[in-house]
Amino acid sequence: MPSPRYTREIPSRYRLEAARCEGCGAVAFPPRQICPRCRGREFEQVDLSRKGRVITSTVIHVPPAEFMMQAPYAMAIVETPEGARFMTQVVDCDPGCVLPGTEVSLEFRRIRKEDHGGILCYGHKAVPATLTVAREEWE
Amino acid sequence: MRQVAIVGAGMTRFGELWGSSLRDMFVEAASGALDDAGADHVDSIYVGCMSGGQFVGQEHLGPLMADYLGMAGVPATHVESACASGGVALRLAFMEVASGMCDLALATGVEKMTDGADVTNVLATAADQELEVYYGVTFPGLYAMIARAHMEEHGTTEEDLAWVSVKNHRHGALNEKAQFRRELTLDQVMSSSMVAEPLRLLHCSPVSDGAAAVLLCPLEQAKRYTDRPVEILGSGLATDSLALAQRESPARLGAVRKSAESAYKMAGIGPEDVQVAEVHDCFSISEICCIEALGFAEEGRGGSAARDGMTAIGGDIPVNTSGGLKSKGHPVGATGIAQAIEIFRQLQGEAGERQVEAARVGLTQNMGGSGASSVVHIYQGV
Repeated sequence: MPSPRYTREIPSRYRLEAARCEGCGAVAFPPRQICPRCRGREFEQVDLSRKGRVITSTVIHVPPAEFMMQAPYAMAIVETPEGARFMTQVVDCDPGCVLPGTEVSLEFRRIRKEDHGGILCYGHKAVPATLTVAREEWE
Repeated sequence: MRQVAIVGAGMTRFGELWGSSLRDMFVEAASGALDDAGADHVDSIYVGCMSGGQFVGQEHLGPLMADYLGMAGVPATHVESACASGGVALRLAFMEVASGMCDLALATGVEKMTDGADVTNVLATAADQELEVYYGVTFPGLYAMIARAHMEEHGTTEEDLAWVSVKNHRHGALNEKAQFRRELTLDQVMSSSMVAEPLRLLHCSPVSDGAAAVLLCPLEQAKRYTDRPVEILGSGLATDSLALAQRESPARLGAVRKSAESAYKMAGIGPEDVQVAEVHDCFSISEICCIEALGFAEEGRGGSAARDGMTAIGGDIPVNTSGGLKSKGHPVGATGIAQAIEIFRQLQGEAGERQVEAARVGLTQNMGGSGASSVVHIYQGV
């Protein structure tokens, strides 16, 4: 991925910056210029909570080349309390346990390393919320 | 608007056609359609192809294919809508003839997938690069999430999914153009290797090469070319977000429903009037979601259709008599046109062992991505 494009996508990937439409209240993540629900053009910035709930999920057994070392891994559509939905990996657990309804926390992680550009690609991954609680208690 | 008919069809066999190039396959299918109709010229050519650029490094397919058909000079346009490229090419050819802009239009689709490209990565360009592919999801992964959402919401089972593959292979075993001309047992499907849970290898359509072409003209001129033309009664195209996460529910294919509604409205009929259909079963779950969105089954009830025999030849509404994408093969850009050819032959009464008795009205539904584009056509034998 060319670095200008990578840089452009940082605010939503690194900081979970979303946009709430001032017309209808819908949350667009990543931010958009036009609201997909009401076509409004005025937005306020919202930082998403670092938690959410799995809407649907899968376990990838046949991955793209860049994710070969991670397979099998769980992927899910996660919804945050603000109503933003997005695709993410769910890690640090048995991938088979990630099912609709699973509560997760969002953590900043390395996503992959690019073959040619050599850019290390970062973003957010989810971990089951029960695991986060257990970790905090242990610490 | 003028009434429009299909008057000729040609296609290659689908499969791993190592001896044929992208242009070879196009010429075989396109000249086959012209010969079928006895036509010696065309006024316009549409070439549906998802990604000549990435599969074989070749773009600018309109003039290339016109030239190799011996028709350099004729207007020719490349059409892209991911796996719905063929269906959208058909829609544009239909519109050009209906509008009176031309009399004889060739709608084609072609894809060369086995020439060494990384197929998973090329297909993934039809998903959202920034929001989905970046994080490691694959196309089977997206449809697996649709499947799990459908199972969660409606109680659909893995066995329901497997019956779709069993039924489509039973049909495809009768089709000499099919890539996998053999039947499968439920056990074989249920024990095949896992690709993306809950989808297994035998829930997935294969990687294929192939081309298909149909010739369209105004209905009033159709008898010049064939005794049995098939009229296109309606056409609908609709879109949805590329990213699955941004739809209201991952268990519903909104674009399929909308494209069907426009096509039914234009044709002046409803799903109960259709006797045979080809739908986009790129994965077993997609046939289940599509027959619901097309109105052949109630929402949430599509899961039992293949198991109960409703969608088999001899059932209430036979679906994918050709074998579907699963058994016939899925050279992505060619699929939409190959679906139209199956319905053309069914409505001509020339589908051989796969013939659906007394079929008068047929439907095709072709979609791109995880359902971000869908195109539906409705046909009637004349």
